[in-house]
Amino acid sequence: MAAAVQTPADAGETKSWDLDPVLTVEHLTMRFGGLVAINDLSFNVGRGEITALIGPNGAGKTTVFNCVTGFYKPTEGRIAMRHGLGQQAQTVSEVTHSSLKWKPSPEGAVFLLERMPDFEISHHAKVARTFQNIRLFGGMTVLENLLVAQHNPLMRASGFTLGGILGLPGFRKAEQASIDKAVYWLEQVRLIERADDPAADLPYGDQRRLEIARAMCTEPHLLCLDEPAAGLNPRESHELNELLQFIRREHGTSVLLIEHDMGVVMEISDHIVVLDYGVKISDGDPAAVKTDPSVIAAYLGVEDEDLAEKPEVASIVVEALGEEAAEEAGIEIPPARKNGGDK
Amino acid sequence: MEYFLQQLINGLTLGSIYGLIAIGYTMVYGIIGMINFAHGDIFMIGSFIALAVFLILTTVLGFTFLPVVLLIVLIIGMLFTSAWGWTVERLAYRPLRGSFRLAPLITAIGMSIVLQNFVQVTQGARVKPLPPQIQGGVTLMEGSTEAGRIVVQLSYMQMIIIVTTIVLMTLFTLLITRTSLGRAQRACEQDRKMASLLGVNVDRTISLTFVMGAALASVAGLMFLLLYGVIDFYIGFLAGVKAFTAAVLGGIGSLPGAMLGGLLIGMIEVMWSAYFSVEYKDVAAFSILAIVLIFLPSGLLGKPEVEKV
Amino acid sequence: MAAVNNAAVNTAAVDPNSLQASLKDALLAALLAGALGLFFLGIRTDIAPGGLAVRTRWGLLLTAMAIVFAGRLLLNLFVFKTKRPVTRAISGSMAGTGSALPTLGWWMGRGLFGFALVLPFFFMTFFPGQQRQYIDLAILIMTYIMLGWGLNIVVGLAGLLDLGYVAFYAVGAYSFALLATNFEFIGFWTALPLAGLLAAFWGMILGFPVLRLRGDYLAIVTLAFGEIIRVVLLNWYDFTGGPNGISGIPKPTFFGLEFSRGEGGFADFFGIEFNSIHRFVYLYYIIFILAIITNIVTMRLRRLPIGRAWEALREDEIACRSLGINTTNTKLTAFAIGAMFGGFAGSFFATRQGFISPESFTFLESAIILAIVVLGGLGSQIGVVIASIVMIGGIELLRNIGFLSQIFGPGFDPTQYRMLIFGLAMVLIMVWKPRGLVSTREPSAVLKEKKKIGADMVAQGEGH
Repeated sequence: MAAAVQTPADAGETKSWDLDPVLTVEHLTMRFGGLVAINDLSFNVGRGEITALIGPNGAGKTTVFNCVTGFYKPTEGRIAMRHGLGQQAQTVSEVTHSSLKWKPSPEGAVFLLERMPDFEISHHAKVARTFQNIRLFGGMTVLENLLVAQHNPLMRASGFTLGGILGLPGFRKAEQASIDKAVYWLEQVRLIERADDPAADLPYGDQRRLEIARAMCTEPHLLCLDEPAAGLNPRESHELNELLQFIRREHGTSVLLIEHDMGVVMEISDHIVVLDYGVKISDGDPAAVKTDPSVIAAYLGVEDEDLAEKPEVASIVVEALGEEAAEEAGIEIPPARKNGGDK
Repeated sequence: MEYFLQQLINGLTLGSIYGLIAIGYTMVYGIIGMINFAHGDIFMIGSFIALAVFLILTTVLGFTFLPVVLLIVLIIGMLFTSAWGWTVERLAYRPLRGSFRLAPLITAIGMSIVLQNFVQVTQGARVKPLPPQIQGGVTLMEGSTEAGRIVVQLSYMQMIIIVTTIVLMTLFTLLITRTSLGRAQRACEQDRKMASLLGVNVDRTISLTFVMGAALASVAGLMFLLLYGVIDFYIGFLAGVKAFTAAVLGGIGSLPGAMLGGLLIGMIEVMWSAYFSVEYKDVAAFSILAIVLIFLPSGLLGKPEVEKV
Repeated sequence: MAAVNNAAVNTAAVDPNSLQASLKDALLAALLAGALGLFFLGIRTDIAPGGLAVRTRWGLLLTAMAIVFAGRLLLNLFVFKTKRPVTRAISGSMAGTGSALPTLGWWMGRGLFGFALVLPFFFMTFFPGQQRQYIDLAILIMTYIMLGWGLNIVVGLAGLLDLGYVAFYAVGAYSFALLATNFEFIGFWTALPLAGLLAAFWGMILGFPVLRLRGDYLAIVTLAFGEIIRVVLLNWYDFTGGPNGISGIPKPTFFGLEFSRGEGGFADFFGIEFNSIHRFVYLYYIIFILAIITNIVTMRLRRLPIGRAWEALREDEIACRSLGINTTNTKLTAFAIGAMFGGFAGSFFATRQGFISPESFTFLESAIILAIVVLGGLGSQIGVVIASIVMIGGIELLRNIGFLSQIFGPGFDPTQYRMLIFGLAMVLIMVWKPRGLVSTREPSAVLKEKKKIGADMVAQGEGH
């Protein structure tokens, strides 16, 4: 099963994301009526790594996110989330053959996300997400936004509301702890000064960071970010890089992100998966993906055959890519281009 | 079998009336996304105007040729009821355009209360009976049961109602699909801001939607008056709720859906009364609504909504 | 393009603020009023011996047109078509007080609470002649305040549009009535919580299938459920007494003491002179305490995770789900808790009236309660109080205003205009203040400084 993913074609060595995947997506297919948004997609997200999902507009990236976070039920495929080290192949196969949604394993636990409703994925499987068009609770304060994210632990602490109404001390303590955690994250995203302002009042960049902080308040094992750098200026986008590095470093949270900003992607990702028309066209570390001809073709909107057969197409690609990278990618540089270059 | 057929015809007749009212709901919902709660009362206004015009023509002016009288009643009724529809929109909804979702709903409920009580105050709370004007019909089938002879009859009244509904529906569909008004309307449905940027007069389009809805409701009002022969200031509420139910059942925003929903609600009500109990006919209609919405949330002919994440 | 040019030419040619334009506009309004009123004011159909008879009232129609003309002209001159509308001057002078409003609201809340606490004694001291009438009115207003607070949980906090709230009011009232009339041993204080629980139970039963629906569909299905319950109450003779309702519902007792004349009664026990007002005062305090409990519980819930989840749900349901909140359960609790308070209010209604019938639980009641919540300002507790006093107090005052009949002649009966004016007030207040009278939101948790949140930021729940 998923042999292609477990032994990458491009390298002999086994990649870290195949040895210790936090999330494996296997043969994922999503159809909307007649439209196939994702077709037989398989990839892994390594534990403690930053994985980027890239591809042209309409490639199906957000659909993958919606399948992983339970907002869509995939037509086919398995999405396994693991708590604890290793592939846990034994437990994965046990859960798959049972009717369970998840099962504890010696290493941690295995969750089959395609069987779980969205809120359970966040609550139990510990997958948090942000949205392409920011979804904050605009009429609530920044602090309240972060408290809502800690709903489940607080509900337990409030004795499912009854203890809270009676004002039991246990709840008071838990509430203070939740405020402390919110303050911690507000400091990390540098929004502590705005804690009592309504979220809708924040400027765009701050809203993006607040959404990440809110997702982190659910203490996720996997953080899914849908275009976190969209609409950010270069300075903000640099800060975002640092924030993501920090999250990965200090909290060990694995990150899966969709991004168009190649600067961000190449700088921070450990692993890149490229989608086009719902199909995976490349998978590997940034250096490998950067030079993959099919990726270049997909981004520039040309077919592979064109690249091989039509010199004018190839020359455009080479121009876009730079000759060195093109040669590395195995694109034959047309002679006309060579001459032009000499001039 | 004969009994069933007779009920089918009755259901079709009642359903036509609901369908005509439902179109007003569905169009308004389609274009500005609000439940025009006062629409049922516009229907009631329509039936009162029809009654007044009819009485003036027959008792004061002494016209006796019924087809002409009814035609005049129909036209005057449509004109004056439209004025009511326009005014309600202008006073209670337009000032709140672009405001919060619940505000126009509350003004709509307020307008509904105003219209009911206005009619009650000016015309009295007692019911207004009108003796049957159109009698007789065509016997379609005869049969006998243990209880005696049973006749399936399509009365002239029912014929008029069904034919008028079909004619109006056809005209209306043409209006929506073939004219620039219909195009403007659909553009406003899609994106009001963009439509106005492209030179569509949004306010006028919305006003005209209310006018058209009111005109159809006035026809329904006239039919109701002739069919049941008794009206009061409160008929708008239940008819309105059922017509809205019909619009939702058919898929709100869809014109054929509104008509289909109207026919179904009429049918369910008549069949339930005929075979089960008259008392619970409203319960039947509402229960069907709840069931359909739970299992088919966008109605029968509505476009399914994909959740945007 | 041509239309735009024409409009520009027109505005250039005729000053829209001129007296001429105002007159023309007022004249059009009067003509429209004439057209609208023609078959209602101008003509009246009445039942006469030979069928319906037509009566004309041209004088009335002309008067109405004249009033519309004058009214519209005045509005044009001073508000719509002038460079300095009067309303702007008024709102300008009010804007200065805007910053002081939060504290004003705080003091107002305290003041109203203090007044409500001593209200029966206030009326007994200062209006001894009409004390009963006034206390009765206060009881009615307090009932609506409680209903408003209950519905506020569902509509204001959770953003679920419920048009059938009266169903739970009815369930509470009927549960109480049936329990109290069928079982001797169940008194008011036992039946009250049971009725509330039954209403909450019904809230869950009705809520469970429908809570997946989008906002407006939810509204119409709740309306349908409200009507279903009323029709069932109306037709299930054996159980509910049908249209005759249930009578002989026991009055509440004060620790077993009845408010009756003679031995063993409340007055007798405390050795005071019997007065029928005692019972009203007692009823007032029962509903007062019930309402205060509703308020305290709601305020508490807002600061608990469940309450925050309700508000988050109103803001963005999808984001809630992404944060691990079970939205179905969250909606259901809002529905059930709202229903429970409706049930308590219903029980109180049953014991106060001593008689209930389906007629008290029509859609109009739901509409009035919803109007109170929306007019008061969604989610605002003090707003509900103000709206209840204005709307319910207003309607009831119209019942006994004598001076109107002196203006309109002895045949004038103000009660029939009650609901007409009520409806108009609903429309006018909403147009004037679409977000309700008190529209700011108070944050449920504060780190350093409490800031009010403006109405334009708070969502009203799109109810996905």
